[in-house]
Amino acid sequence: MSATVSESRAAPSESMRDLLHVRRRSTRSRWTEKGFEWIGAGSTWFGLGVLIVLLLGVLWQGAGWLTWSFLTNYDSRHPENAGVLAGLWGSFWLVSLATSVAVPVGVGAAIFLEEIQKKGWLRTLIEINLANLAGVPSIVYGILGMAVFVKMFGAFGHDPKLLEVSLYFTTIEIPLPFGRTVLSGALTLALLILPIVIVASREALRAIPGSIRHASYALGASHWQTIRHVVLPVAVPGILTGVILAVARAVGETAPLLMIGAAVFLARTPGGIETPSDIVRHPHGLVEAPFDHFTALPIQIYNWVSRPEPEYKHVAAAAIIVLLAVLQLFNIAASVARSRTRQRARW
Amino acid sequence: MGPANAQIDLKRRFSLMRAHELTIRFVLLGCALASVLTTAGIIYVLVTEALIAIPPDKAFFQEVSPREFFTATQWTPQYEDKHFGILPLVTGTFLVAGIAAAIGLPIGLAGSVYLSEYASRRTRTIVLPILEILAGIPTVVYGYFALVFVTPYVLRPIFQGLFGFEVNVFNAASAGIVVAIMIIPIVTSLSEDALRSVPHALREAAYALGATKYQVSAKVVVPAALSGILASFLLALSRAVGETMAVAIAAGQSPTLTLNPFQSVETMTAFIVNVSFGDKPHGSIDWKALFAVAMTLFLMTLTMNIVSQLIMRRFREVYQ
Repeated sequence: MSATVSESRAAPSESMRDLLHVRRRSTRSRWTEKGFEWIGAGSTWFGLGVLIVLLLGVLWQGAGWLTWSFLTNYDSRHPENAGVLAGLWGSFWLVSLATSVAVPVGVGAAIFLEEIQKKGWLRTLIEINLANLAGVPSIVYGILGMAVFVKMFGAFGHDPKLLEVSLYFTTIEIPLPFGRTVLSGALTLALLILPIVIVASREALRAIPGSIRHASYALGASHWQTIRHVVLPVAVPGILTGVILAVARAVGETAPLLMIGAAVFLARTPGGIETPSDIVRHPHGLVEAPFDHFTALPIQIYNWVSRPEPEYKHVAAAAIIVLLAVLQLFNIAASVARSRTRQRARW
Repeated sequence: MGPANAQIDLKRRFSLMRAHELTIRFVLLGCALASVLTTAGIIYVLVTEALIAIPPDKAFFQEVSPREFFTATQWTPQYEDKHFGILPLVTGTFLVAGIAAAIGLPIGLAGSVYLSEYASRRTRTIVLPILEILAGIPTVVYGYFALVFVTPYVLRPIFQGLFGFEVNVFNAASAGIVVAIMIIPIVTSLSEDALRSVPHALREAAYALGATKYQVSAKVVVPAALSGILASFLLALSRAVGETMAVAIAAGQSPTLTLNPFQSVETMTAFIVNVSFGDKPHGSIDWKALFAVAMTLFLMTLTMNIVSQLIMRRFREVYQ
């Protein structure tokens, strides 16, 4: 639409030039016009081209290697037997623990910034801090996690202690410092996705009109009652969209986990839980899992890509297909949540 | 007694309610401070391991002079004869980031101008989700792409086959190319925001003076949005400097001082990842070197981010 408007506006100048017999300049400028548009179009579609090449390439390399046993096998020294079982469960535990820490804290922070402290130096400080945290390279979070969670500043010397917490049905053994465990990795990922969760939740809260808050106050509700029973329920779909995107980010994150000390070769799932039915059969695995060693799907991909044997490149491609499929599931979930928000937002 | 009692009663109920509200308020404040604590934690860890340690321990710069760190040209922490000159890592980082910028920034900018000035609504609804997907692909996948596709199928045939360069399996060029792909979505979406917020009156005034579409786009709209575009460039550069996995996989692990894009180099981020594999004992000089490199990296990206935010803020003031 806009193209026709501009051409009709550009027309007078060209006819003026024709009148003045500056034909040559006019054709040259026409080339510039066309060339500029083509360069722009080419650059715009470049991304699509890359995406198609990347997906086709990965599918071509991974086809035939992605079998059911690939999903149920552990890593192996024989490429044809290698599988992603340990990585899938490792990623599952990491991401669920990270989400269950980051979401309450992130939503709480968003509520504080949007509903409670609406101005003042504290809010400015937190906002500046959030803007800068978003630009910190993920590997720096890895360093933080390694110093704080894995080694706890070396506070326990060279021999780690074991803190035993007995519950009536089982005893939880918590290593101090946490060491190279699922818990260290999950807490690091939680710090990493925290700014994303906060920013998304703030946007969801900001989109809610003030009138429904005022209605709640007018009925005699307190500040917190208004937040808890009026504002939050309406904001949930919006918050959910942001949370899903943050989770997707955590699933693909590799560098900080390498720093934390994810094992590159591991034939064990956290807590020994290999299938969902194991949760029922050995429920104590649920308690052990956070303190177990781990690997993750992207870590396994990194390991296979780095191997010199060419067969492992195919194994890596198959694992990448699995990873991209998982991420696509999250994207679909996010767009469903987003469309829900649009449907409900009729004030 | 009656009225006084009633008053006390009223007060107590009122204060219970207030206590409840106040407690919640403090819990929420705690949540908000978690992000501040993260920053404080990062700074504390980096400073105590690299700059000034708590007395019995020694920090990195108390053992290695900053002069050697920033000017020596050898980086060999793993050998007997240890040298801690960060220059090879810095040139490696900037070589990769420079290649990424040379490819990614022009393509990203051209794409954003096309999307904001030329493209139809339909094109936008197709292209923007594609960019989102590209931005969401994990970086380890891009590393695989560089190693398995870009080097053997793009760089080798062109630069080794046609021009006779020696192209290493691990090279800065392939890493730079995939980092360029990674930063294109950032530049395109942020610059497009800046271009679209240029007031329409400016475009209409230029058309009224007889300017063509190209002239309006390139000589009126782009200069008007220049600060926003610059901010997006800086953000993309900071991302390119901090990028880890793709670079660790594709660029290799040899800290050589070179500007040859077809040779293997090591970036600061790749060094941090590679050294963490060896499980260095807490407190050794290798362990501390990690923090010195991380601090250099952190300061570089932080500076770029802050400058980018300052430019962005100025830009907002102009049009609102």
